[in-house]
Amino acid sequence: MFNSYQETTLRLDAERCINCKRCTQVCPHAVFAEGKDHVELARPAACMECGACALNCPVQAITVESGVGCAWAMISAALRGKDMDSGECSCGGDEGSCCGQSPEQSCGCDNK
Amino acid sequence: MENDVTTRSSCCSCTPQENASQCSCGTSSAVPAIRTTDSTITAANRLDHFLARWGVRRGDHRVEPGLYRLGNATPESPVFASANYTLSFDALRSALAGVDAYILVLDTKGINVWCAAGKGTFGTEELVRRIALTGLPFVVSHKKIIVPQLGAPGVSWPEVLRKSGFSVEYGPVRARDLPEYLKTHKATPAMRRVDFPFWDRVVLTPVEFVHVALPAIIIAAVLWFIAGPASGLAALAAVIAGTVLFPALLPMIPTRDFSTKGLILGVLIAIPFAVSFGSVPELPGWASALAAMTPLLLIPAVTAYLGLNFTGCTTFTSRTGVKREIFRYVPVMALMAGAGVIAGIVLGAGRLMGVI
Repeated sequence: MFNSYQETTLRLDAERCINCKRCTQVCPHAVFAEGKDHVELARPAACMECGACALNCPVQAITVESGVGCAWAMISAALRGKDMDSGECSCGGDEGSCCGQSPEQSCGCDNK
Repeated sequence: MENDVTTRSSCCSCTPQENASQCSCGTSSAVPAIRTTDSTITAANRLDHFLARWGVRRGDHRVEPGLYRLGNATPESPVFASANYTLSFDALRSALAGVDAYILVLDTKGINVWCAAGKGTFGTEELVRRIALTGLPFVVSHKKIIVPQLGAPGVSWPEVLRKSGFSVEYGPVRARDLPEYLKTHKATPAMRRVDFPFWDRVVLTPVEFVHVALPAIIIAAVLWFIAGPASGLAALAAVIAGTVLFPALLPMIPTRDFSTKGLILGVLIAIPFAVSFGSVPELPGWASALAAMTPLLLIPAVTAYLGLNFTGCTTFTSRTGVKREIFRYVPVMALMAGAGVIAGIVLGAGRLMGVI
């Protein structure tokens, strides 16, 4: 109830995993845990779909539809008749995030 | 946009190969000038940070991209990648006080590491390009570059290795953990986790408020004149609740969804206004009820919408979840706002016609 964040697009193909553990290094939310033969999805619902794991997996064992969970970018894209997923803004920075704040510059979520 | 005139002559224009150091095309192997920096944060830096936090000339808080020498860096010294946003660069260089190192500043168009990584401007391509442009392979004797962990959504280490010969080591999330990290080059689980503590949320609120301040003040002024000071105040309260209180109280407000958090906060803010508007003795019953309903419909709709828009500033919301929230709650907010506006118009019309 009132939790829209239980499912994500993150998928792990454990068969392919070579246990290099790079995903455990790049994930900012400890979604992956070290396992015996391959990593395991310990906290899948914590995934924010940033895409770091998939991009840094050397054997493509991870897939995720990466994108930015920014309502402002998605709503403004939708209002302009564009695909909601076309908003390429990247927010959530811990050093002064960008989205929903200053459309002209910052992350340029409004520009393209 | 490029300011690399001085560096163009560097290692010719051949595509960076695995052995970029052996790239021998052209005659000039001159390494472009390396800038120097230090770890001191001056009063001018602090003012710049303050202005950045308030969204003043937001695109201007930039550092010149390129290679910087920190301390007495030697060819054996470590190399750290950063963004050309002053807050990012200053966080890194101040954390490295006493460390001899090189800092490779990528051109991220004045955006911080994480945001730029999500966009891809802090990414494989720019990293590989900047390594070549600055002649980094000629400056250091090793082939390792420490990239902030939050740069990983834009950087693919196998690609960087293939295209530049440099191996990427992902450092901790926060620059302030670097001194500890550098002792072992192993990050603890805590160093790898992103959190979103009170102060991190609060520093975002000035920009949040500034972003909506102008329309909010106009609407508040209009309401003040046509419906009275209390209505103007209610509009301001809704906006301040959505942009300042909401981020500050985020984990304390019940439910996980941002929209429902915003609705709850909005109702709390609306109650005093509803009580005050609904208890004017000379109003007939139906008008009192309508006057009480108006803030209860409008204020939560506004705070919920502003709260939902804060998802983009947080460190943990997924696109899948936010999209679900939009489809679930935006229609509800629109209905509430529409009903609230109609209620307000009915009250105004009633007053004009002398019914109430």
